[in-house]
Amino acid sequence: MFNSAFDAIVPLLCVTLAALASMSAEAFRGKGERMPIGGLGIVGLAGAAVSCVLLWNRNTSSFGVIVADNFGLFVTMTLIIVGLLTIMFSSQVLDLHDLPRGEYYTLVLFAIAGMIMMATANDLLVLFIALEIMSLAVYVLTGIRRDDQRSSEAAFKYFLLGAFSSAFFLYGIAFTYGVTGSTRLDRVGTFLAAQSMADNPLLLVALGLLLVGFAFKISAVPFHMWTPDAYEGAPAIVTGFMSTGVKAAAFAAFARVFLSAFEPFSADWAPVVWVIAAATMILGTVVGVAQSNLKRMLAYSSIAHGGYLLVGLVAANQVGKAAILFYLLAYAVTNLAAFGVIAMLGARDRANDELRDYAGLWQSHPALAALMTVCLLSLGGIPPTVGFIGKWYIFSAAVGSGYYGLAIIGVLTSVISVFFYLRVVVMMYMAERDGAPALPRVGAVGMTALAIAIFAIFYLGILPTAVLDLAAASISTIF
Amino acid sequence: MPETLVFYLLAALAIGASAMVIGQRNPMYSVMMLIASFGALAALYIQLDAPFVAVAQIIIYAGAIMVLFLFVVMLLNAPQEDRAEWDRSHPLRQPGVTRFGTLMALLLVIELTWALTGPGRAVESGAAPVSSVREVGRVLFTDYMFAFEATSILILVAMLGAVLLARREGEQP
Repeated sequence: MFNSAFDAIVPLLCVTLAALASMSAEAFRGKGERMPIGGLGIVGLAGAAVSCVLLWNRNTSSFGVIVADNFGLFVTMTLIIVGLLTIMFSSQVLDLHDLPRGEYYTLVLFAIAGMIMMATANDLLVLFIALEIMSLAVYVLTGIRRDDQRSSEAAFKYFLLGAFSSAFFLYGIAFTYGVTGSTRLDRVGTFLAAQSMADNPLLLVALGLLLVGFAFKISAVPFHMWTPDAYEGAPAIVTGFMSTGVKAAAFAAFARVFLSAFEPFSADWAPVVWVIAAATMILGTVVGVAQSNLKRMLAYSSIAHGGYLLVGLVAANQVGKAAILFYLLAYAVTNLAAFGVIAMLGARDRANDELRDYAGLWQSHPALAALMTVCLLSLGGIPPTVGFIGKWYIFSAAVGSGYYGLAIIGVLTSVISVFFYLRVVVMMYMAERDGAPALPRVGAVGMTALAIAIFAIFYLGILPTAVLDLAAASISTIF
Repeated sequence: MPETLVFYLLAALAIGASAMVIGQRNPMYSVMMLIASFGALAALYIQLDAPFVAVAQIIIYAGAIMVLFLFVVMLLNAPQEDRAEWDRSHPLRQPGVTRFGTLMALLLVIELTWALTGPGRAVESGAAPVSSVREVGRVLFTDYMFAFEATSILILVAMLGAVLLARREGEQP
């Protein structure tokens, strides 16, 4: 059906078509009629997953700007998993708050389409448009609970700061185009490798502006200000979606731009990213300790995890690059599951996201408490969960490249972070529930999604070889 | 010779209108003056043989962005600047916004002087010059075809989001 020139955009097309289908379905839906719109999304994502498998190792490209290399496909698969889990978690939340289902699923699917485009874009301009598609959808999702003031405030802050960072990013693209004469990453790379541009101030400006744009999206210090507010204010499931999907897509694009096109300049950007990585890990962990709101705590934890990923980027050796991919997958599954638990414990009138709301969860929801414990241990990096393997590879990559300082900071902050993850666990198992209203029951679909996520956490934690090999095979295609 | 004359005329118009923008008490007049300034600039672009930039200037700046400005001015409902707060002291001594604006203007003056007086400061650009509308159209539908198509999705998402957030409470489609 497709001629080979369009091969590389098939996963993207699947998700986009699913988004358009759910939008049309919503338009034709009768008043009060229930439609399985989420099912359309699942079908689209499944189609994208199948096409990813078929495209593996083929290394095709479409229009010269979208490349389906293994790196992009690996991230695409991660994003598809994020999307599937998000849709499964959402059903219950949407019913609870009476949110517009059709629009919600459409926006989630468009956001995933943008993310996939970001992960596979080989052109700075396409990258920017993808970034905007993703961001706009996520801004709206953040503020989708219009009856909730915190949600609207979070959306507004996120939107304003996001618009600023987009401007920085776009400026970086303009400067890059001005110097190299192309927005295509492969051409930029060849141009920079061929010519000695070491002292060109314009190029350094471009590099800096692009770095700011990316650092904002992955909420690296000092561009993390929006993260706690946006993560706390957004509905928990949207927070889970944006802390995993947006981060994975932005990191994929970050790695592609800086490790392939701007590789000749690594001497210029590596020290800066070193400092950002160290600051991100330290701040995320230290401030995270002081939080009493679970969503806010996980927001700082996700900042810290961005720092660990940056360590892999600085290390930039074979192990480091594969470790980034593996860590993205590990973090996405774990964090999304943790936010899934929070989302499903939310009641109609209260979010139940304070730490003390989790007191005695063990007695009322034993299964959920156990699942949450696994997620938190994985985030903390305790074996035999996937979080441990991910951190292990990141830090061994740092040591392999001689960045002992970063590795030490990473290990120390991981140890500190275990404190605040364990605090939640202690609360769930040891504290008594004191008069707070009972937590709601969790539906079957949500529990299934959680079970899948937990299975993945243990499977990847105990038998990581197969996926690690895939990650290692992915990086050989571009770097 | 007449070309030079037209240039000076347009330049004077642009500068004069810009000065009027900050000289007006009524923000509505300021916006109108800004439109005049943009119009003069667009005409200058045509003189520079860059018709596409001129058209874009009219459509985007004088069209879309000015509409946005006007809406904001009307929504804020501030037809007149408060006379009592009119402070004739040195701009740098005034608080907040004015001081920031003055600093930015000074910075711009320094930057422009530096850029225009120094010899050979122009940086060799690898980019091929694209000026005519035909050339822009050709590039847009060949090299940037995918980006162009992807933009349609972007606009769709923006519309969907705007409708979703702006819909009245309790109103179901």
